[in-house]
Amino acid sequence: MISIFLISSMLIIFAIFLSLYRATVGPGVFNRTVAVNVIGTKTIGLLVLIGYYTERPEFFDIALLYAMLNFIGTLVFARYLERGELWS
Amino acid sequence: MVIGDVIVTLFLAGGLFFTLVGSIGLLRFPDFYTRLHATGKCDTLGTGLILTGVIIYHLFHYSGTPLVPVRLAFLVFFIFIANPAATHALMKAGYEVGVKPWKLGDERR
Amino acid sequence: MNRGEKTFGILITFGVLFLFWILLSGLFDAFHLIAGVICTGIVTLMSHDLLVKGKDEKFIGKSLRLFCYIPWELWQIVLANIDVAIRVLHPKMPIDPLIIEFETPLRSDFSLVTLANSITLTPGTITISVEPEKGAFRVHAIAKEPADALLLDQTMQKKVAEVFFVEWPGTDQPART
Repeated sequence: MISIFLISSMLIIFAIFLSLYRATVGPGVFNRTVAVNVIGTKTIGLLVLIGYYTERPEFFDIALLYAMLNFIGTLVFARYLERGELWS
Repeated sequence: MVIGDVIVTLFLAGGLFFTLVGSIGLLRFPDFYTRLHATGKCDTLGTGLILTGVIIYHLFHYSGTPLVPVRLAFLVFFIFIANPAATHALMKAGYEVGVKPWKLGDERR
Repeated sequence: MNRGEKTFGILITFGVLFLFWILLSGLFDAFHLIAGVICTGIVTLMSHDLLVKGKDEKFIGKSLRLFCYIPWELWQIVLANIDVAIRVLHPKMPIDPLIIEFETPLRSDFSLVTLANSITLTPGTITISVEPEKGAFRVHAIAKEPADALLLDQTMQKKVAEVFFVEWPGTDQPART
């Protein structure tokens, strides 16, 4: 059972490398923002799986925090790209 | 315990399939708007299924702390609301700035 | 807002925040509970007018109908993902994007947010922008069939209008009291 977590973590890391291609080559800033958001969402799953693999289920607190940070970061970036400034 | 392991493996396999499909869509689709279609839907459900599998695993193996699955369920609920909202915000920003949508027959951008 | 609505807002905000405190801490001894009451009390006093803007009528009815709407929504999420998976893995990649616009009779904030989220989570469509005065939506669809399902059938808009007790013009579906 524990080794299934290890295989799942490696497959998620492979998916992160696929999105990393879009983050480097990706004509313009919008494609790169989408790729960074996708990497953030996959990191949440990866954190919880590695926490259960090393038999320390308390890692999901870090995953919850990172989910909120990723969401707020993407929203702030989208607003800056739309208006050219953050407030006023 | 075997039936629990089988259910957890099924959820993890489904979640991993959708996550990989989301990343492959990010590489294959020809335009910014269509790439948002692929990742905004598949990534959300993939991560949600992986976390549901982990909830069931926790209920079987660590039955001493029953409040942890409730907090993981809150994380799943938060992802189902936050990811579509971030997708919509990015798409609106792209439309207002003036990124042109892709029609059938153009080349890739 | 008069006093009745203010008290309702304070009670709902305090209840929700204290429920989150208990859920996230998991400890039930006296020190943590009293610390929770003090902290949620201070936060409630500062921001009770952000969560509940006035007392809408039929609050319980709307919450119950929203609860019954969620299983249908989850089934649509699964269908949407299978649809996207078929389009991604197909060797010829059958996509044909187009942008459509339509209007709805929904006006309150929460119902517009629910409909925008549901459109983003259904097969083949993502909301681009929402206009709150006329309830106009601009939607980007990935092929012709999901766009037709949203524009001609209008099943999703009718379901959300039924949840929020809004009458849909053109049919004889009354807003149930």
